[in-house]
Amino acid sequence: MSVTTAVGAPAIELRDIVKRFPGVVANDGVNLRVTPGTIHAIVGENGAGKSTLMKTLYGAHRPDEGQILVDGVEQTFRSPRDAIAVGIGMVFQHFMLADNLTVWENIVLGDEPGRSFRIDVGAARRRIRELSERYGLDVDPDALVGGLGVGAKQRAEILKVLYRDARIVILDEPTTVLVPQEVDRLFDNLRGLVADGVTILFISHKLDEVLKVADAITVVRMGRTVAEVAPSDVTARDLAELMVGSELPKPDTRGSTVTDVVALRLDDLVVKGEGDRLLLDHVSFEIHEGEILGVAGVEGNGQSELIEAILGVLPIDQGTVAMAGRDLARVSTRARREMGLGYIPQDRQQDGLLLAAPLWENVMLGHQTQVPFARGQWLDRQGALRRTRVVIQEFDVRTPGPDVAALALSGGNQQKLIVGREMTASPRVLIAAHPTRGVDVGAQAEIWEDLRIARADGLAVLLVSADLEELIGLSDSLAVFLRGRLVATLDPSTVSPADLGSYMTGAREAASST
Amino acid sequence: MRRRLTYALAAPLLAAAISLVVSSIALLLVGKSPATAYRAMWESLDSADALVTVLNVAAPYYVMGLAVALGFKMGLFNIGADDQYRLGALMAAAVGAAVTLPAPLHVLLIVVVAMAVAGAYAGVAGVLKVTRGVNEVVSTIMLNFIATGITAYLLTVYLRDKRVRLQSETKSIKPSGWLPSLNRALGWVGYHLPSGTVLEGFIVIAALTGVGFYLLLSRTRFGFDLRATGANPWAARSSGVNANGMIMKTIVLSGAIAGLAGMGPLLSEIHKYGDTFPTALGFTGIAVALLGRNSPTGIAVGALVWAAIEQASRGLAQAGIPPEIGKILQGTLLLSAVVAFEVVRRYGQAAEVREAAAKANAARPGQPLPAAAS
Repeated sequence: MSVTTAVGAPAIELRDIVKRFPGVVANDGVNLRVTPGTIHAIVGENGAGKSTLMKTLYGAHRPDEGQILVDGVEQTFRSPRDAIAVGIGMVFQHFMLADNLTVWENIVLGDEPGRSFRIDVGAARRRIRELSERYGLDVDPDALVGGLGVGAKQRAEILKVLYRDARIVILDEPTTVLVPQEVDRLFDNLRGLVADGVTILFISHKLDEVLKVADAITVVRMGRTVAEVAPSDVTARDLAELMVGSELPKPDTRGSTVTDVVALRLDDLVVKGEGDRLLLDHVSFEIHEGEILGVAGVEGNGQSELIEAILGVLPIDQGTVAMAGRDLARVSTRARREMGLGYIPQDRQQDGLLLAAPLWENVMLGHQTQVPFARGQWLDRQGALRRTRVVIQEFDVRTPGPDVAALALSGGNQQKLIVGREMTASPRVLIAAHPTRGVDVGAQAEIWEDLRIARADGLAVLLVSADLEELIGLSDSLAVFLRGRLVATLDPSTVSPADLGSYMTGAREAASST
Repeated sequence: MRRRLTYALAAPLLAAAISLVVSSIALLLVGKSPATAYRAMWESLDSADALVTVLNVAAPYYVMGLAVALGFKMGLFNIGADDQYRLGALMAAAVGAAVTLPAPLHVLLIVVVAMAVAGAYAGVAGVLKVTRGVNEVVSTIMLNFIATGITAYLLTVYLRDKRVRLQSETKSIKPSGWLPSLNRALGWVGYHLPSGTVLEGFIVIAALTGVGFYLLLSRTRFGFDLRATGANPWAARSSGVNANGMIMKTIVLSGAIAGLAGMGPLLSEIHKYGDTFPTALGFTGIAVALLGRNSPTGIAVGALVWAAIEQASRGLAQAGIPPEIGKILQGTLLLSAVVAFEVVRRYGQAAEVREAAAKANAARPGQPLPAAAS
């Protein structure tokens, strides 16, 4: 690593970065140029490749192709330590702080000043106080992290990287966890850092905020850089269209199967989060039998909370959830499942499978109190095996047999098993979160067809997905979520990409939301 | 299938080998001959009387192992099995000595009291966990000490047999409250034990408990919910399992089975609760559950091995070998078994994944290789 820097060189330059993972090309030739002493935003939807790119820049993994230049000098990072040594620091979306330690202890963790066994506490605290005052971060080094609010924790994370002499600070979706006042405060802090010559990289999907604070914006879509613009040259709508693409997939034009029988109804649902934040902000909607309601929105805007509230695993602070006209307030999760609530979880391994258990036990999960899996209190192993074979056959699950452990299957086959398990259990209302994640194209089309057939039979589906083709192709109606609020209800056959993108990213608020 | 058998045997054999090596080293360090030691141990096992003793000793270990394993399967660590069974045994002995009922009822009463008291005491830890989030490892260990105090107090102040001066113990239970031995039954099938050797009837109860354990866990809805909660609490929750209810039911049931374990000595041998009552049965149960990897057959083997080592150690003092070698054998066996099981399990899992991927790929050539886990 050379110490000389080329004059006038960008603080960061990424040339033609390519990064592949099994089954997907996350970065497919990304270019980025960041001028020193500026706030540079990187925008894009989920899956566009932003996080992968930042991990490459931070040294968490090596790119398959392309170059990284810092201050004009080419770098190779074998680990984040190399990146830190060159002055790059990253503030992650999920904080990495120990609640039972103080701020200064968290900050020096891994980089303790002093010799041998003694930590030079005084030097550490002095330095932290100095940095805190210089940049207006206002964090008390002796405060216990567990007692700090979210905004203060984030500032502690920023101090962490500044303590290590970062001159380039990357922030990954920093405003996701903040309320509006804290967002303004963060932006003030960032401007203060920049005034001192620090370069800021800022990943976000919230275009309204980006336009407020960035000096330059790079738009990433499907693994590629699609534009590099200055905020003064674009409107939010333009940005949204760049993010989402100028053309949306064509919706399915078959006849509507929507009935007027309400299968699932949410009324003024409120779920409170930390501090004043509302995870679900007075959400109301109806799904009828024979209808698929697609939930559009960048991940982290209340979709998980919505699903958990309907399932009954997240307590509600206000409002009601009703299924087939029945208020679910005192109805247990088990009873809801028995009433015909199906669930395809968004994270199959965390929430949907017993990895070490055989497939036939996994097919029972969620339905273990019902025929054919149980007769009274006893499990019906034969019944479970029969149903499992049906699922394997009809949903093309590639496996040596129904006795194999779930972890032996590939991700796509695990997903097919879960979809099959839910669809064969005759649900009345189905929560489908990213139902074809990881599934190959052929099987994906078949699952979509299965969903359409079930819909024609009267199934009501809440479809949460980041795949626009899936959302537009399947949904009868689109509900856009931002910051826990239902901000717009759109018709998938007539919505324009700019509109959809704008609602999803806050570039535009709906005049009225249904 | 053959591979499964190999994997099933590999770990225990490996563990046995390691523990023998370590114990041999310990013996050599104190200047004793491993060969002499092992020969003395083998000879201690080499009689009908010894084998019967092993079975008798192993039975309560087995039941205690099942009690602890039930909790483990759910991700719950019932370290307090020790105090649960002692409280249960004390109360059962006191009640049992106070009444006389026709034989089967008398025994049944004693067993029910033991299981109810032990289960209720375990429930205390359960309530703490469910209402306050107190980790059950911490609470059950602390409750251990409290139980020791309570049992001592109740025994010395209220429940003791006043006619006995030198030690504290409850009154003896009348013979109607004794569990019959199996010697006669063995006689009917033509097997006669030498006189003085008694095969205790508790073995039948232990075996039945094992069967019940298997049925409950593998064949009932409750067992499925329990295992699902232990394997993946979030998936279990989404599938409808009530987490708090599951915790309470499991810990109380675990405690009740622990109470049952104490019935071996009480009903077959000692017939009263006092200073001679075995202590630390609970911790042996934990060891045996770990050795048996929480499976009813594995725990049976583990209990037999544990009891065998104990029995075998009895002949050591005569041969001039420190009997603590038995403890070293037990300890290293446990440690190396746990490590060996984990190593073999990972090996087996990786093999299963590879095999499934190969078979899935063979069905449709030309498709991209599936990732091992997404």
